[in-house]
Amino acid sequence: MGRARLAVWKFASCDGCQLSLLDCEDELLDIAGAVDIVHFLEASSHVEPGPYDLSIVEGSVTTPKDAARIQHVREVSKAVVTIGACATAGGIQALRNFADHAEMMRAVYANPQYIETLATSTPIAAHIPVDFELRGCPIDKGQLLQVIGAFLLGRKPPIRSHSTCMECKARGNVCVTVAHGTPCLGPVTHAGCGALCPTYHRGCYGCFGPSDAARPAALVRDLLERGVERPELYRLLSNFNAAAEPFRTEAERHDGQD
Amino acid sequence: MQCSPGSQSVLDAGGFERLLALLRSDGFVLVGPIARDGAIQLSAITGIEDLPRGVGDEQSPGRYRLRPREDDALFGWAVPSQPWKKQFLPSRLDLVHIRRKGSALEVEPAAAEANPIAIIGARPCEVAAMRVQDGVLRDGPHPDSDYAARREAAFVLAVNCGTPSGTCFCVSMDTGPRAKAGFDLAATELMEPNHRFLIEVGSDAGARVLERVAATPATDGDIAAAADLVAGAAQKMGRALDNKGLTERLLGNLEHPRWDDVAERCVGCGNCTLACPTCFCTNVEDSSNLGGDVATRTRTWDSCFALDFAYIHGGSVRPTLRARYRQWLTHKLATWVEQFGTSGCVGCGRCITWCPVGIDLTVEAGAVGEARG
Repeated sequence: MGRARLAVWKFASCDGCQLSLLDCEDELLDIAGAVDIVHFLEASSHVEPGPYDLSIVEGSVTTPKDAARIQHVREVSKAVVTIGACATAGGIQALRNFADHAEMMRAVYANPQYIETLATSTPIAAHIPVDFELRGCPIDKGQLLQVIGAFLLGRKPPIRSHSTCMECKARGNVCVTVAHGTPCLGPVTHAGCGALCPTYHRGCYGCFGPSDAARPAALVRDLLERGVERPELYRLLSNFNAAAEPFRTEAERHDGQD
Repeated sequence: MQCSPGSQSVLDAGGFERLLALLRSDGFVLVGPIARDGAIQLSAITGIEDLPRGVGDEQSPGRYRLRPREDDALFGWAVPSQPWKKQFLPSRLDLVHIRRKGSALEVEPAAAEANPIAIIGARPCEVAAMRVQDGVLRDGPHPDSDYAARREAAFVLAVNCGTPSGTCFCVSMDTGPRAKAGFDLAATELMEPNHRFLIEVGSDAGARVLERVAATPATDGDIAAAADLVAGAAQKMGRALDNKGLTERLLGNLEHPRWDDVAERCVGCGNCTLACPTCFCTNVEDSSNLGGDVATRTRTWDSCFALDFAYIHGGSVRPTLRARYRQWLTHKLATWVEQFGTSGCVGCGRCITWCPVGIDLTVEAGAVGEARG
């Protein structure tokens, strides 16, 4: 096969994840040496038509137009990798899924009649088959490079889906929950960030979404016993991966409770 | 004075400092306890001034706090937050780099660690854990050369325990509070009437270092005071584990309802295994550069609580938390004995303290096999 043709697509998102690709300053030449980036609007207005060997998709589907566009992306791509919490879980904008959408629009926009949008924000995999989902808000650029490299070699990316605690302990951090009483989602959150927040004595916000075997109910029971209030638990579970199960189900158990 | 394995001498605080300085001048990197981020942690240290003076700890299931002591003891706490594990079994270790050169592959072993370490202040339970690890990683049919090299180069200065915590149960596991073997030197810190250390020699290497420090011979009073301290510690165990018939009870009750009960409380995070000084499981992963001409094989810590740990073709053989918790507990306390000749547990209590939801191994092991009441 010739050089792989890479495309980067943006859906509803903040651009932070695709920026991770541009942020690979030391590796950019390697990337350019390994693949032809032929569709990447954040980097260049020069766009070549498909088909593409690998499409990297950022963002969630929030409009009828995007719901159609993602079908096109799948049609012109051999492989599709979604990156970031928006693309893999619907993102923070999925909070609309649990609210009155029309009322939200009236509250935000002076002239909501000009807005054409879906009532929900959904992950890409809810619309098309996805070959690999890379988690994070934002994603880790080292993991992105591993995913691209693994794709080029036709093997499984070395990305683990266990808890963030395992990264935290490997770093030698002191547990912020046990030693400081700080609420932390690390025990139920997918690894990948290197336990960034606990390293700086903050509880984990769950940016990488639920781990493969996450059991937030058991964690929440303990946090309640430690004196964490239900509204705080609701907010903790209703962030960038608000729509991801089992975070969502557990959050709903504490919605409106006090 | 002349020192030999078994002999006992006394160092005052200045002598202890000289001992550390000598180890440094012999080329050891000192690793010992420090108080940081609200916990006793293990860190590179330069001398006695880095040690946690006048600091104690409180440990209970899922809870750890430092507290001030009324004296200036340097080892007045139970066990540090981390085990002595990554010093010999690093959490991440590159094993080999492979480069493509034309049609050939060039295999280059990853570089080994440079300076040997001197372990300052490992508790008897932790020294026992090192010996358990030796049995698994060094003395078995497939020795781990990296582990063996790091272990061989290390100097072990143990410190006997006078201050067990609420989650300690070394007495049940017969690993403390006094170190019996596996050290070069073992100290007992005495505070009254003056701050001093009774030093027991455990090896020729320990004897050679101690002879150069100008220790004074121990008096009967020093020896009695040290014996009183550890005897007192043995009375202050926060926990106990009933070992009688434990293997049979655990393995004979693999379908006991307690496994369902604990699986309902467990978060599956893996903290117990990573805080454990004997859990040794690792994963080997391959990564490559974008050009596909350099590959690296890396060993990382793993945990039997990870869902993909037991993944084989078609899925995980332990898909439920019940299965994973049962695997861990029965291996640690029962099948380990059959496999390696010792229990996998040394009673340090870390899996209890550092479980974010406070699951207590001693309680769970006790409850499995009990009639439902």
